Amino acid sequence: MDHRPQAWGRPRDDVYGAYDASYLQTSGPKNATQSPVVTGTSVIALKFKDGVVMAADNLASYGSLARFTDVKRLRVFLDSSVIGFGGDVSDMQYLDRHLNELAIDEAYDNDPSAAPSDGTSPPGTLNAANLHKYLQKLMYKRRNDFDPLWNQLLVAGLDADAKPYLASIDLRGTAFTSPTLATGFGSALAQPIMRRYASTEEQAASRTREEAIEVAKECMKVLYYRDARSLDRYSIAVVTKEGVELKQDELLERQSWAFAERIRGYGTQTV
Amino acid sequence: MFPELSPGPQLLPGPRRSPKADTGALATHQTSIGTGYDLANSIFSPDGRNFQVEYAVKAVENGGTSIGIRCKDGVVLAVEKVITSKLLKQSANKRIATVDRHLGVVYSGMVPDGRHFVDRSRDEARAWRDTFKTPIPTADLASRMGGYMQAYTLYQSVRPFGITAIVGGFDSELEAPVDGEVGNGPSVGAGGKNPDKKYGGPFLYMIEPSGLYWGYYGAATGKGRQAAKAELEKLDLAGTGALTLEEAVKEAARIIYVAHDDSKDKEFELEMSWISGAGGPTKGKHQEVPKALREEAERLAKKSLQDDDDEDEEKKEDDKMEE
Repeated sequence: MDHRPQAWGRPRDDVYGAYDASYLQTSGPKNATQSPVVTGTSVIALKFKDGVVMAADNLASYGSLARFTDVKRLRVFLDSSVIGFGGDVSDMQYLDRHLNELAIDEAYDNDPSAAPSDGTSPPGTLNAANLHKYLQKLMYKRRNDFDPLWNQLLVAGLDADAKPYLASIDLRGTAFTSPTLATGFGSALAQPIMRRYASTEEQAASRTREEAIEVAKECMKVLYYRDARSLDRYSIAVVTKEGVELKQDELLERQSWAFAERIRGYGTQTV
Repeated sequence: MFPELSPGPQLLPGPRRSPKADTGALATHQTSIGTGYDLANSIFSPDGRNFQVEYAVKAVENGGTSIGIRCKDGVVLAVEKVITSKLLKQSANKRIATVDRHLGVVYSGMVPDGRHFVDRSRDEARAWRDTFKTPIPTADLASRMGGYMQAYTLYQSVRPFGITAIVGGFDSELEAPVDGEVGNGPSVGAGGKNPDKKYGGPFLYMIEPSGLYWGYYGAATGKGRQAAKAELEKLDLAGTGALTLEEAVKEAARIIYVAHDDSKDKEFELEMSWISGAGGPTKGKHQEVPKALREEAERLAKKSLQDDDDEDEEKKEDDKMEE
């Protein structure tokens, strides 16, 4: 019998055979999250001359089940930026908590009451552009750890010159900016509508707040008609120099489902 | 063969006692010098005092005056920041620190000790959030930091904190969302809260080098604490006609000016911060008092001092006339 201390308390090899350690993977990639579980669908956002409008519905789906219908996917950062989360909801909560810590750290050294009156953020505070860069590095780091946060994020706010700022980051850390942006299904369904509103920065800079909100609502309606993982309750945020205006319990208006009667060819229908 | 043990005078183990202490000089002269009981922490003197802690209090009594006022809709913190050098940038090197969104700390005494106190407070506030997913109540922070300071009176290897800290906070009166929560929970049901009870509100604590802490309506420490306390006692902080937050800011500025002795002390800068509820000017956050309001408060403070001086002079003149 093996009397070495290493063998104490273990099943005896001569009785049970050698221990099979092969399941304890010592090499190869980590088996962390490889698919999201509870998910949020599209987030849409568009710039206008003084700021940015962002919208997302209040649904968190569990696969195809509409599991949670009161989930707020737009989060305010330091009263000056808004982040919209598509993708995994638990990763969203993690990020939200992390950003909350970041915002508290910011308050240690920077006093918002000392901000200049021209709307620019006081030197040293995190504006939307800084926040976007930070999140991009965070997401890319997690990708390289083979443990990505399963989200696509939109960041809206103002940059260092107090100009409207809107940018996107995905789970690989890919980052880009555009006058209109959408995540998930929205990039196919809402983006064409938003590009009709403004396809260039110049066009976006000539649009008003009311026009932007109107288009956002139109997009949310189209998404609800077409996207089977969506909800008619949604949140909409407007970011300007004056701060963030966030409404979290909006309802899609003037829906018409009359066309549904004429649809044929789905599910068990035969005619 | 063995020498007999002669009955020596100090055979029993016990604290070294000087002849002075034996004659009762300690009690009458209130001195600890030469007794040996002040040389280390964690040693009581025979009459039950920890001299190291008392010396730490002396360090506090040399520091610039700090005060805190708890009024009905918020808390104000103020400090007399003594200018030690003309080469220091104005309004830089803040003395009041933010610990969490809703919590502020000011202290008198040794500034490096205060900085460490603030660092530790921030760690505590964060640890609370990590554990409970909710902001730390002011009372709990005071309790934890009181415990932390008290630990520095127990061991030979450390010295007590040379500060007295004033902790102000506003615990949210609203239904606080859990950090990172999604949704609002059920739209019906009490959520474990009694609708008739008032939750949250402004809180003020003062923690001394011994680790002792109490909750206060108005707290003062540092060089000018006597004068400041006398002024604080004149305010109606507990009663029904309690001060508003903005009035408290003005009172705080005035008290710092009153507590400052122009003839003896160096020049100073007034630093003030405030915390209101969600419906107030700071929206539940600890923030520096805006420049405009601070300057207005300072103007009024100087004016009220001027008026007092004038009155005194008038009195003197009246006295002379009578003569």
